[in-house]
Amino acid sequence: MKPKALIFSGYGLNCEEETKVALEIAGALADIVHIEDVVKNPKLLGKYQIAVFPGGFSYGDDTGSGKAYGARVKHHLGTELRKFLERDTLMLGICNGFQILTASGILPGALIANDSARFTCRWVDLEVKGNSPWLTGLTTLSLPIAHGEGKYFDTQENLDALEKAGGIALTYETGEMSLAQGLPGNPNGALRNIAGITTYEGRVFGLMPHPERGAYFDQRPDWTVLRERFEKEGQKTPEFAAGIDIFKNAVKYFS
Amino acid sequence: MAHRITVDSRSDHAKAGRIFSTLTERFKDAKLTGISCVQAYTIDATLSKKELERACAVLTNPVIDTASSTRVLSPDSFSYALEIGFHPGVTDNVGSTVRQMLEDALGKKFKESEAVYSSQFIFLTGRVSKEEAEQMSLELHNSLIERVRVIAFADWNGGRIPLVVPKVRLAKPAPTRTVNLDVSDDELVQIGKEGILGPDGVRRGPLALSLPELHAIRDYFRKKKRAPFDIELEALAQTWSEHCKHTIFSDPLDDVEEGIYKRYIKGATEKIRKAKGKKDFCVSVFKDNSGGIVFNDDYLVTHKMETHNTPSALDPYGGAITGIVGVNRDAIGFGIGAKPIANLFGFCVGEPTDTRTLYRDTERTRELLSPRRILSGVVKGIEAGGNQSGIPTPLGFVYADESYRGKPLVFAGTIGLIPRKRNGRLLHQKKANAGDLVVMFGGRVGQDGIHGATFSSEALSQGSPATAVQIGDPITQKKFSDAIIRELRDKKLYTSITDNGAGGLSCSVAEMAQESGGCSVDLSSVPLKYPGLEPWQIWISESQERMTVSVPRAKWKELKAILAKHGVEATVIGKFTASGSCVVTYGKKKIVDMELSFLHNGRPKKQLVIKKPELKSATLPEVRADAKKTLLALLRRPNIGSYATISEQYDHEVQGMSVTKPLVGRGRVNADAAVIRPLRTDTKGVVMAHGYAPSVSAVDAYAMAAVSIDTAVRNAVCAGAPLSHLAILDNFCWSSSNTPERLYELKEAAKAVYDYAVAYGTPYISGKDSMYNDFRGYDAKGNAVHVATLPTLLISAIGVMKDAKRAMTFDTKTVGDAVYLLGTTRREFGGSEYAKLSAGTYVAGEAPVVDAKENLKTYRVIEKAIEKRLLSAALGVSRGGLACAASKMAIAGGLGLTLTLAGDTDTALFSESQGRVLVTVPKEKTKAFEALAKGIPVKRIGTVTEEEKVVFKLAKKETVEATLAELAKAYRMPYAQF
Repeated sequence: MKPKALIFSGYGLNCEEETKVALEIAGALADIVHIEDVVKNPKLLGKYQIAVFPGGFSYGDDTGSGKAYGARVKHHLGTELRKFLERDTLMLGICNGFQILTASGILPGALIANDSARFTCRWVDLEVKGNSPWLTGLTTLSLPIAHGEGKYFDTQENLDALEKAGGIALTYETGEMSLAQGLPGNPNGALRNIAGITTYEGRVFGLMPHPERGAYFDQRPDWTVLRERFEKEGQKTPEFAAGIDIFKNAVKYFS
Repeated sequence: MAHRITVDSRSDHAKAGRIFSTLTERFKDAKLTGISCVQAYTIDATLSKKELERACAVLTNPVIDTASSTRVLSPDSFSYALEIGFHPGVTDNVGSTVRQMLEDALGKKFKESEAVYSSQFIFLTGRVSKEEAEQMSLELHNSLIERVRVIAFADWNGGRIPLVVPKVRLAKPAPTRTVNLDVSDDELVQIGKEGILGPDGVRRGPLALSLPELHAIRDYFRKKKRAPFDIELEALAQTWSEHCKHTIFSDPLDDVEEGIYKRYIKGATEKIRKAKGKKDFCVSVFKDNSGGIVFNDDYLVTHKMETHNTPSALDPYGGAITGIVGVNRDAIGFGIGAKPIANLFGFCVGEPTDTRTLYRDTERTRELLSPRRILSGVVKGIEAGGNQSGIPTPLGFVYADESYRGKPLVFAGTIGLIPRKRNGRLLHQKKANAGDLVVMFGGRVGQDGIHGATFSSEALSQGSPATAVQIGDPITQKKFSDAIIRELRDKKLYTSITDNGAGGLSCSVAEMAQESGGCSVDLSSVPLKYPGLEPWQIWISESQERMTVSVPRAKWKELKAILAKHGVEATVIGKFTASGSCVVTYGKKKIVDMELSFLHNGRPKKQLVIKKPELKSATLPEVRADAKKTLLALLRRPNIGSYATISEQYDHEVQGMSVTKPLVGRGRVNADAAVIRPLRTDTKGVVMAHGYAPSVSAVDAYAMAAVSIDTAVRNAVCAGAPLSHLAILDNFCWSSSNTPERLYELKEAAKAVYDYAVAYGTPYISGKDSMYNDFRGYDAKGNAVHVATLPTLLISAIGVMKDAKRAMTFDTKTVGDAVYLLGTTRREFGGSEYAKLSAGTYVAGEAPVVDAKENLKTYRVIEKAIEKRLLSAALGVSRGGLACAASKMAIAGGLGLTLTLAGDTDTALFSESQGRVLVTVPKEKTKAFEALAKGIPVKRIGTVTEEEKVVFKLAKKETVEATLAELAKAYRMPYAQF
């Protein structure tokens, strides 16, 4: 049986369609559902094993990214989502979805403005830490980011606690992609280079990079260079890139 | 009673840091030591103490924020505080979000008269004088849309300072009245130029109606035996405007009786489509908000390029954001509704280093914004509009010239994707039926954009809304865009749709009324932002983020419910009829009753006269002292160098379709084309590219247009577009279009537009023109100044390639790859960057002659070579010549090039001859490539090297070489601080 994923939408979220494509390619069934439809009928959550808050610009980031949507989630769906997580389910927050998860208190810490005070769209290199089911088998990978408020922040005390609990899931590294492009590894000044964190034994995963935009080979910024190499060596060019593995892991978790 | 909550957030520290560096850069002598920012929300509503506490809590993230509702939070010491907020009536997105948050948290709806207003406190620390603080406030706000108050620390009173509630307060609206047109011609001219006399004795602002047009209107109403109502005149002025009817393109010009649009633009498309026969891929061209072509059996792609020049001159941020969000509606309003899948931008601005002061008024109080501020503003506007809407921005350009110092050009474009068929109907077709309801949804109507630019800033501060410029609200639009694309469209809940842009309801409803044959609207039912609007203002207001749809009566309830779920307000404002007339009432009073035939076709034509202008040409210096220095100086030019700092602020990855990036290779060099893959279920790719050459118009307008088309086609083909499935869009930005000299140039350009489109077989599918990009003002000494933009034509190309996996980029990839130059190099420096650099003017040397016959052969070879996977890189040679193209290739790939070139040094390196392409070919494929390229001018000129250097071996044993580090440093200079 294919696991079922609910992808939240509405009020300026905007990555739900490509997230749905990635989930389905990975082997899940995915529905895009407007948050008001969930608020009206919270029982809906019972039909799903995976809940996703996709990327976007909910409420235009006004008053701080994720704050307004996060308040709505907390106010109307706080109890239901807790119940959802009491089951053996998975939850994912990508970019604005990660900001919503922290703003609504499901994940700790906060995402604040990049040190550059600018929106930045580029690729980053990531190292996998901890052992979340979302990241099984992955050690390093490169993915794109696109955000203005992606600097992970919390008190040193809380960061220590998070680290100790194995909650730091992804960190920015100065790897292949950053070196090639002459860009700093950490794109936003995130404390302890944090790019993604987990709670609930790794089942709830929030990250700033976009795995759904780095799921296919021809989404990579260097694919036309790699294509030359593969052809020279008489090899076929691959279909996928590392981002798809995150979604495949979610499907595997339920099989 | 109003309340004020201030939030001090750690998230604002980065912004404060950026303000600090801007101010210390601008005010080098000031003793500013730090900046901090606090956000304020002024809540003009009745709240209990408990509700206020709850409001505070909901606006605070305890990890990063502290908040107070009793005082304005501030640092312990500072010299001055600046509060910056909006004038009454300016779109306040943050205020509106806070209102929604509070309504949700408190479980109650605000009253119509209640609202939340956002503002920002900026604290200046260090010993800053009052005068300096005031100067700094000018740098940080725009008085056209924003208010500022400067508060000294001594007056701070612990942050217990008075609240400002920028509520719109309008006098009771004057009733609709008639205008007597049976007056002298002098009086008519005055009505046309300065507007209808208001009850206060002040004219309302220009109608821009000419005397012959006013005569036609007078005669029409004489026949009807009544005087026109003011709203009828205002509506005619909108419908007949240059903006809506493209009068200069449709009126007889010189010997072109049918007008240049019909002969040269539409004429080219018709000829090409006919020649293509069954291979014609055009589906809906010119007649809709965007042009639509075939993508595959199931989908169409649409494209539209707009400009938003005047608004961007006044408020660059607001102008650019409304520009991009507005053109998104041209996709949403195509057919039954296309989904926007890519945004494009183009900025033509004054040189950012230009610090001349210019003024709008003789008193020299209203200073023109500097090019640096205009560019930062428009960069931010496109960023907010595109990023917040979740539409990627894979392509754009920046171009600088002193002629854009008075008025910048801001291009904004959107590509859309739409299924060809759903539920048995073709989605590119639409028709409002008699009996359908006229429904408006999205934002509400205010005085926005009414006679926009004519309002003076003085009139803006005392309770009257700031109408001159607007700020877009991308989230409201995103909400209805989701509703349309995901739910309304496929449920067949409406029969036709269009957006509200220029002319507002007066244009959108009257346009759709042509489909059914009439309309009847009651303006008293239109939801307003604030009370007090006069009926004519409601009818022509350009308030943003609104669509008009025709809804069968039986579908209205369902449509309204779906929109409500998405948080979008929808209102029935009338019905479509078959009466043949456009009828408007306000309550029971009929205030518009005009035949559609007169409204749309009653405008008398005007014969336009042309005259060839005289040009003074400078001579090019014979010999350049140092070719390497010239190369580095060219790479630093703002029309050649990198604008990566701008491109990377735009999300080009959202929607997951990106195939080739706006920044190419390890060296992140700006691309002139991009490929996206809209559907994972199909390998087909959409190729977009642009071409523009304003500088060439200084020498020859025909050549300028030819170069623009050639460049767009070349860029598209080099990225992988097939010539057989490539369409283009024209976008004319002219100046002084009432002079015969500029009209001569317009005709020349239009001729080239026809000739080259036909030669390449690339039909026009949509276009736009903006004809008066002039600035008339005063310099610092009070002398009158006229700055007219160079005649500019932006050509945007859109093509469909079969297999996006064959898309091509231009970075060097493998050591040992052979390098070929295709095309012919001539000594052509007219309008070139080299001429500007060495002779100080573009008017030097010969304009490039575009040989379409030869170029077409070259492009066919490139197309085939890409299809057969013979190339590893391809780049069209453009501004700065071969030397700059080779440098860009090498910087992008991080591998060097050694090239041997014939001919004189300047020509070989820097000539801007068209039709040339630089390619690299893997060693093992050179034979196949050379066989393919037989019969066209092609030369193997060198190889890709491991050494990080570009070396040019020239005639007479001259060698020019530079390291990649030197080249990259120069290339990345011009826009580094943006």
